[in-house]
Amino acid sequence: MHEPEQAPPFEIVAREDFSDVTYLLEIRHPLMAKAAKPGQFVIVMAHEHGERIPLTIADFDRDKGTITLVIQAVGKTTREMQQICRVGTRLYGMVGPMGLPSHLGGAKKVVCVGGGLGVAPIFPQARGFKESGAYVIGIVGFRSKSLIFWEKKFRSVCDELIVCTDDGSAGLKGLVTLGIKAAIDKHSDIDEVVAIGPPIMMKACAEATRPHKIKTTVSLNPVMVDGTGMCGGCRVKIGEKTMFACVDGPDFDGHKVDFDDLMARLKRYAEEEKKALEKWQETCRLSGLVPAPSRASAGAPPA
Amino acid sequence: MAKKKTIRTIPQERTPIREQPPAERVRNFSEVACGYRLEDAMREAERCLLCPDPACVKGCPVSIDIPGFIRKILDKDARGAYDVITDTNLLPAVCGRVCPQENQCEGVCPVGESLEPVAIGRLERWVGDTAIAERWSNLPYIEPSGFKVGIVGSGPAGMACAADMAKAGCEVIVYEAFHQPGGVLRYGIPDFRLPNEVIDAEVANLVKLGVKFECNTLVGRLFTIEQMIDEMGFDAVFIGTGAGYPSFMGIPGESLSGVLSANELLTRCNLMRARDFPSYDTPLELGRRVAVIGSGNTAMDAMRVSLRLGAEKVYCIYRRTRAECPARAEEIHHAEEEGIEFHWLTTPIEILDDGKGSARGMRCIRMELGEPDESGRRRPVPVVGSEHEFECDLIVFAIGTNANPIIGQTSKIRLNRWGYIEADETLATSMAGVFAGGDIVTGAATVIEAMGAGRKAARSMKAYLGLRDTDVVYLPPRKGQEGKAFGIDLAERNFVRVRVA
Ligand SMILES: Cc1cc2nc3c(=O)[nH]c(=O)nc-3n(C[C@H](O)[C@H](O)[C@H](O)COP(=O)(O)OP(=O)(O)OC[C@H]3O[C@@H](n4cnc5c(N)ncnc54)[C@H](O)[C@@H]3O)c2cc1C
Ligand code: SF4
Ligand code: FES
Repeated sequence: MHEPEQAPPFEIVAREDFSDVTYLLEIRHPLMAKAAKPGQFVIVMAHEHGERIPLTIADFDRDKGTITLVIQAVGKTTREMQQICRVGTRLYGMVGPMGLPSHLGGAKKVVCVGGGLGVAPIFPQARGFKESGAYVIGIVGFRSKSLIFWEKKFRSVCDELIVCTDDGSAGLKGLVTLGIKAAIDKHSDIDEVVAIGPPIMMKACAEATRPHKIKTTVSLNPVMVDGTGMCGGCRVKIGEKTMFACVDGPDFDGHKVDFDDLMARLKRYAEEEKKALEKWQETCRLSGLVPAPSRASAGAPPA
Repeated sequence: MAKKKTIRTIPQERTPIREQPPAERVRNFSEVACGYRLEDAMREAERCLLCPDPACVKGCPVSIDIPGFIRKILDKDARGAYDVITDTNLLPAVCGRVCPQENQCEGVCPVGESLEPVAIGRLERWVGDTAIAERWSNLPYIEPSGFKVGIVGSGPAGMACAADMAKAGCEVIVYEAFHQPGGVLRYGIPDFRLPNEVIDAEVANLVKLGVKFECNTLVGRLFTIEQMIDEMGFDAVFIGTGAGYPSFMGIPGESLSGVLSANELLTRCNLMRARDFPSYDTPLELGRRVAVIGSGNTAMDAMRVSLRLGAEKVYCIYRRTRAECPARAEEIHHAEEEGIEFHWLTTPIEILDDGKGSARGMRCIRMELGEPDESGRRRPVPVVGSEHEFECDLIVFAIGTNANPIIGQTSKIRLNRWGYIEADETLATSMAGVFAGGDIVTGAATVIEAMGAGRKAARSMKAYLGLRDTDVVYLPPRKGQEGKAFGIDLAERNFVRVRVA
């Protein structure tokens, strides 16, 4: 099959594995690379039977026309993608950039905090702040030294970088909140803290800054379906108000977010997720036993 | 020639439509109403008085020549009937199924004064289905006009506008945020009411007209309306992004597990095929006892989907009475047959937590009807001391939607105070060359009104582009009209390319 001009859409042009759970995909989408701004996300469908999952844009390259996603293999879809998304294959769908872009102007000194699956998405924010002339303090958290990635990349856009590891194998020993504390102790003039990561981490960050009354922005990641404000599945509580994270966010004032509500709502499909994962692993196991060439039986559901 | 018919000579009984029995159909997603056969359609067509000044045509939002197509059915000319309908309505197989006929064409049919009105919707559906089965489509001779038109949203409004602009020779691209086209027809209305094959067939007809569909494209964010006009070479744009943003009531407990909008339930089940989980990856919360708040079409769909997903009991909670219920009569009837339990004059005031973060029930209050409000419907007012608990484990809100904010967030287009796009009577917006119609202008309405809006906008767009309005030109060749090539009146070739704007 020859398609000289038009390359297939959503083609995966690069992949990098940071650890056995974290991987990076670079996907070709020139229009989106042009439009994307820090803070936005995409919704991806891996294949026709797939679910729509939101992923924060970790980087975009306007010259190459690519969007970078960094994914943690935690559920069925992200694990399956880890297995099937190879360079040269394509995603079934990718739509975006979605959500309101982050406000990067104004702040002179900012702290950008990323932990877990939030490390990659905090990068475009740090770069954006740097480009707008701010003094940027980066704080990134990993479980241990061997899982650290993008350190150089972060250093290139941060005036200071604090690495935290749970086990102390590199940088500060402890959670990113320790890094925030260190930054606040050192700098009395921080205008804003931006935190992206698991809800529990963002909650801790917001609590760390609350006594100092430092503006704290968090990027919320509730369960989504359409990402266009049509289903309300992504609703979050911000102060007294209910908002839809996909169109009213994903950035919100961390001091107003009801994180307990967010965490409870993230568990809505926990049981079904588990079921899907188990079924998929079973299918993998069964098809692993089937001799290689018989593709039909490999694809068939377990009897 | 048909003899003169009177109310006494026509078949008195409305021709019944074959339906799957309720007990059987609540366990599958196949279509409930199986449609007329040829003989059914012929018999029902007999009931039409072929009025010289037909009320039904006025009752139809797009003024289909109803006696005209019924006469063709009587002549056993299904193809002719299809041609008559598609002069004004692009999607007969869809509208025949989902129009609220009782408030439109059938509601004003004079036969209905003493008998049941002519089953116009069923006849229209029969014609549409026959066309799909026979693979008919009316492909006009299209003279390229050199204009490029962008359509945002692939619901009925967008599809109708796309069709007309393609017929006017424009290069038409439809952008859709979802991975499949169709809008509410695809993600909202379930298969047992409108099978996917019908939508596929209608989309395929548009593709045959040269319309290009680009899914996975969120207009506003990937590129803006302004960019479409200024940079991407579109001469005109139509916005048909539909209503979105489902309302919740703002009562305690709404963020518990087991509480969701009807849109979410339906999208998961229909578009994402969660009903086939885990063969499809999208999950769905299942309820044993499901309470749906509201009683419009969306509510009916949510209830009947819940039954088919295996719920033991499904309740409809509505703060007014059956008389005010806004759903199509047929849907209420089907819902009743399927065993939905209706609780009229009831509204929830709190959702109760089971202690583990899921809903275990609702606290409800009874209502009574008071003075009429501005919509003319009597306003429900709470009855003091009528609070009671209601046990259920899935609570679905179907109480309406607000405007989708994305286009407003990303362009300078003027919105009204509710956030819907402001359009004048020609459906022109505050931006030159940009038109809008359907639910994003009117708020949630109907498929046929959205389609009518799409066509109206197309007419205005043609005027804006300086294209002659060519509605009448695409009639297929009729006997005795010789001066035509490929069914097009030679005098009406749309080669006039004067831009008026
Ligand atoms: C469950 C349900 C049942 C219904 N039942 C009936 C019925 O029986 N009879 C009836 O007459 N009416 C019914 N309606 C109402 C009817 O479906 C709507 O009035 C009609 O579909 C509106 O058409 P539309 O073209 O304006 O918008 P929609 O059908 O909503 O289509 C809009 C499309 O635009 C896309 N979109 C939105 N924003 C963007 C963007 N920024 N970029 C690209 N694409 C975008 C959306 O994804 C969507 O596909 C029902 C509605 C629902 C929800
Ligand atoms: S489009 Fe709707 S209102 Fe018009 S004739 Fe058909 S069913 Fe009746
Ligand atoms: S994901 Fe559906 S409204 Fe946000």
